[in-house]
Amino acid sequence: MTHTASTGTVATRRLGLLSIALLALTVILGLFVSDEDVIQGSTVRIMYVHVPTIWVAYMAFAFTAVCSAIYLSGKNRSLAWDRVGGASAEIGVLFVAISLVTGSLWGRITWGTYWVWDARLTSTAFLFITYVGYLAVRRLGGTQRQRAKRSAVLALLAVLEIPLVHFSVRLWRSLHQEASVANRGTDVELDGLMLFTLFLGLVAFTVLYVWMMLHRQRGIALEDALADKGLDVAIEQRRAESVVN
Amino acid sequence: MEHASFVIGSYIVTFASIGAYIWWFLRRAKNLAQNATSEDMPWT
Repeated sequence: MTHTASTGTVATRRLGLLSIALLALTVILGLFVSDEDVIQGSTVRIMYVHVPTIWVAYMAFAFTAVCSAIYLSGKNRSLAWDRVGGASAEIGVLFVAISLVTGSLWGRITWGTYWVWDARLTSTAFLFITYVGYLAVRRLGGTQRQRAKRSAVLALLAVLEIPLVHFSVRLWRSLHQEASVANRGTDVELDGLMLFTLFLGLVAFTVLYVWMMLHRQRGIALEDALADKGLDVAIEQRRAESVVN
Repeated sequence: MEHASFVIGSYIVTFASIGAYIWWFLRRAKNLAQNATSEDMPWT
């Protein structure tokens, strides 16, 4: 039976529309409505995409670790956890890459350079490379169970980098500013609309992440199902050949 | 807007990258679904 439908359902379509609406509102508020910062001027507008993207990356990698732990600790070791974890890591890699690029554009205006080997920037780049490695490990040969086991172990080790990245601005002398909203110890105060736009961005990108996750893990399930079928067909052909010979 | 190219550029990079990735995985899933059965797609 051939299907034209793929990974979408009524629920994902509704979630997708909600995500588009929230993202559109974030862009309108972030680019045109919210005020400029007293010190940073218009460059503060980059914050409305930079902060939510690194937030989604942290969340995606943490979720990959949770799925990996469930996979390794579960009695039946369902491969669905491996697929969800893999999809989440893939999305996390995209978002950490975007965060690096937008941060670099912000740095060019604020610091006068696209890149410095600062603790926060370097540790974030290292996080990115680690998870690119995780995705590479997922594509090594072997069965789906072998893939699930080795990538789950790697995910549980890689997630330890997140606190290192987040607290790097406190652990080492860093050009990068400390957390402006979550840290009450700073004298940074965000205007009401700026704070609203930032939180709206966090919600919008989180909804987008959930939507992407649902689609991507279903896509990986399809890849796995068809790979299994391909293997079954190859085994049957081999058996048929050996009978003839 | 001061530094408009950097500010707007950061939004373009963000949404173009996400859009390209979404396009890639939806297209891939659609192609795979052509050869899949309903057992392969329990969500449908």
